[in-house]
Amino acid sequence: MTQKRTINQLNIDFMRQRKAAAWLSGAVLLVCLLSIVFRGFDFGLDFTGGTVIELGYAQPTELSDVRTALETEGLGGATIQYFGSRTDILIRLAPQGDEEDASAKLSDRVFAALSRAAEGQVELRRVEFVGPQVGEELREQGGLAVLFSLIGILIYVALRFEWRFAVGAVVALVHDVLFTVGVFSLLQIPFDLTVLAAVLAVIGYSLNDTIVIFDRVRENFRRLRKGTVIGIINSSINETLSRTIVTSGTTLLVLVALYFLGGETINGFALALIIGILVGTYSTIYVATAIVVWLGLSRDDLLPVKKEGAELDPMP
Amino acid sequence: MNRYPLWKNLLILGVILVGLLLAWPNLYSQDPSIEITAARGHEIGEASSGEIKAALENAKVPLKGIESLEGGKLLARFDTPGEQLRGQETIERTLSERYRTALTQSADLPGWMRWLGLNQMSLGLDLRGGIHVVIDVDMEAALEQAVERYSGDLRTLLREDKIRYLTLTRDGANILIRFEDAATRDAGEKKLKREFRELDFQPSEESGAFVLRAGLPETEQQKIKDFALQQNITTLRNRVNALGVAEPSIARQGDRRIVVELPGAQDPGRLKDILGATATLEYRLVDTEGSVADAVAGRPPVGSKLYYERNGTPILLKRRGIVTGDQITDASAGFDSQSGSPAVFVNLDGQGARRMRDVTTENVGKPMAVVFIENRTTTQMVDGEPVKTTRKVEEVISVATIREPFGRRFQTTGLDSSNEAHDTALLLRSGALAAPIEIVEERTIGPSLGQDNIDQGLESVMLGLGLVLLFMAVYYRVFGLVANLALVVNLVLTIAVLSMLQATLTLPGIAGIVLTIGMAVDANVLIYERIREEIRNGNSPQASIHAGYDKAFSTIVDANVTTLIAAVVLFSFGTGPVKGFAVTLFIGIVTSMFTAILGSRALINLIYGGRRLNKLAI
Repeated sequence: MTQKRTINQLNIDFMRQRKAAAWLSGAVLLVCLLSIVFRGFDFGLDFTGGTVIELGYAQPTELSDVRTALETEGLGGATIQYFGSRTDILIRLAPQGDEEDASAKLSDRVFAALSRAAEGQVELRRVEFVGPQVGEELREQGGLAVLFSLIGILIYVALRFEWRFAVGAVVALVHDVLFTVGVFSLLQIPFDLTVLAAVLAVIGYSLNDTIVIFDRVRENFRRLRKGTVIGIINSSINETLSRTIVTSGTTLLVLVALYFLGGETINGFALALIIGILVGTYSTIYVATAIVVWLGLSRDDLLPVKKEGAELDPMP
Repeated sequence: MNRYPLWKNLLILGVILVGLLLAWPNLYSQDPSIEITAARGHEIGEASSGEIKAALENAKVPLKGIESLEGGKLLARFDTPGEQLRGQETIERTLSERYRTALTQSADLPGWMRWLGLNQMSLGLDLRGGIHVVIDVDMEAALEQAVERYSGDLRTLLREDKIRYLTLTRDGANILIRFEDAATRDAGEKKLKREFRELDFQPSEESGAFVLRAGLPETEQQKIKDFALQQNITTLRNRVNALGVAEPSIARQGDRRIVVELPGAQDPGRLKDILGATATLEYRLVDTEGSVADAVAGRPPVGSKLYYERNGTPILLKRRGIVTGDQITDASAGFDSQSGSPAVFVNLDGQGARRMRDVTTENVGKPMAVVFIENRTTTQMVDGEPVKTTRKVEEVISVATIREPFGRRFQTTGLDSSNEAHDTALLLRSGALAAPIEIVEERTIGPSLGQDNIDQGLESVMLGLGLVLLFMAVYYRVFGLVANLALVVNLVLTIAVLSMLQATLTLPGIAGIVLTIGMAVDANVLIYERIREEIRNGNSPQASIHAGYDKAFSTIVDANVTTLIAAVVLFSFGTGPVKGFAVTLFIGIVTSMFTAILGSRALINLIYGGRRLNKLAI
């Protein structure tokens, strides 16, 4: 029977492009690293500490009016911007500490000042205040979370497959994480806790992708008695290509829905995942497997281990 | 070929049915309700609900129903938020002596569901609106207070036993006692050791002096810190309860933090004031003989201390207080019957009342002062490091002549406003904080933003799900429809597990669900691509189905386990928003393994199993 609707008959020589891809990845990552080092991140409130206040006005309002109202109350130095629409305003204030209870009570003063200026036609939609020491802790925890999930994954893959695969998978993950946060640094998109969660989800997702191909590589090595390492890896990638595209596609569909409908607070999260899934799909093919080849994988490394059979026993 | 035994089909059916049942309550809407608790000294009894019903009927507020909740509470349901507010007003106006009210939302579940213990998912504060505050307890101050307390106790014991010592000073977490000779020191050590087993005593000789060093061992310090945290949680709980907020949550986080979550609370400013306040009252006699001018110049008379009134006037008060805040058992706010100014009515415990009576009897005609004490904590950035300072503010709020001996209950005036009187009464009632606290994180979500978040979350789930369903149906035809059914069941099961665990659904949690929708199809995609491959390789349809499921299995497990690792790490390191995401991601992945592998296979088997097939619609 014919399979017109599928993308399976392709036979792209992915591995021939691996040198070019390595250069490309290297160059892009260098740019990302430079940006992270020299430009840094536009860290959100979660990591820097400070106060964010979201207000809903009954009528569209001018940012300059809001600024004037705050300045007359001695609350200068605030960043004021529209949040989604002209009736919704977001005010950011840096951490303060020169006055009594300043930080925790700041939001009350701001709201009181603006609601006087707008004659009560304003509603407090959201207040987020993070103290300076909490901000520091969250930053530290975030870094640790990324590190620990990478270590956990390294161990699992090394146990289930082979160390070369584990190294390949983790290098690909580091590649994806660097690229994703690099884009946030380059474009100075606010980086908050939800973005960090997204980065961790990217790790999970991209790994998922890598594992699927590794699984096929292992299977093909055991099944096919002949063929070069490169040839087998190539055909493994090609065989799973349609799955790679379908899954990335459906996940992207959902994320695009989230990006456009999920609301302002979830935008950064959706964007990080969209970037991460695109780059994760690329890195699975060009980074993870290329590293495995480069580390000198041979057929002998993947001959069945005694225990393997029991573990792989299908369930249904 | 490709048939499941009956028990397997029944098992899958059973899981799905249980899932549907658990998820069912979420279809019911929420009633605007009032939670009614008994006021201090009263109880919710048999007659309570009748009484409240009657009061509401009198005021012509239509009541939807009233029922008792666990923990001696009543819940009154209304049809509209307007009626709910009028209901609260009515109860407050006519029965406020006996009952306290709090606005809340309650699911309108049929009786049998409640009987089965079924419940809706609990929504996070970002979805229902509310205040989330993280409070840091100043453990250093708690330790300092403990050392201070021990110094006093040691001093008293030595004095009582007539063991002479030269000086007794504090040195960090240690107390240094100097003695004249080794014999007195050893006698002191023996005595103190017997009384204070929890302390470490170390005798030594330092530059001719005989020193006894009393230190707090590590375990004892830990105990003190734990106690301070526990005591603060209790006090905060009392304060929150007194505020009338339904379903408050006060929980310990780590070694020194407390998380307070108040759904739907409307006035974050006042709440923060109340939570963080350390205000208390003290009653002291005025020193009328000493010179105020000398004291201002830095030479207060022995036994007296300089204070200031709120308007800045200096005043001398006796060092030895009459009663302190912790002897106050109850307090309420009101107005002075003569002047009409705001007042706090105070009740004392037995010991406090006795002392108050004795002192006031001896001092009729002399002035007495009320001191208002408050700790104010600030954090300043010094060289990029946050440095915390706590300042104790003591103000004399009123000075009055004692006209007659005081009893157990009396009133205090001199507060700025009735609001201050109200808050002070609340604070006195709920007890003092064992250690100063500071709010280090706050997240307040207004109710309208909460609703927006729900709407946007639902919309994006629906659209994302719709797009995926459409794609799968077009791309995999019959098999796609089976995958779609599995996906929908997966969503139901996720909701069921969330409802069962009473895990909190947050906006990032919804994002987690959306993401699992995307990823849950992966398992089916893997299987179906495998089946297509098998068919291409010339295998029969039945063998292809079998091999497809078989071969994809280990890949699916590997892929999902690694994602689970990420979810677990997220859960253990994450706070608030990240945790919510991790929970739904975790649940979604686990349920998707069930639906995508077992569920979809069962259905495929029912459709194609045991038949002679020429081709598959895949």
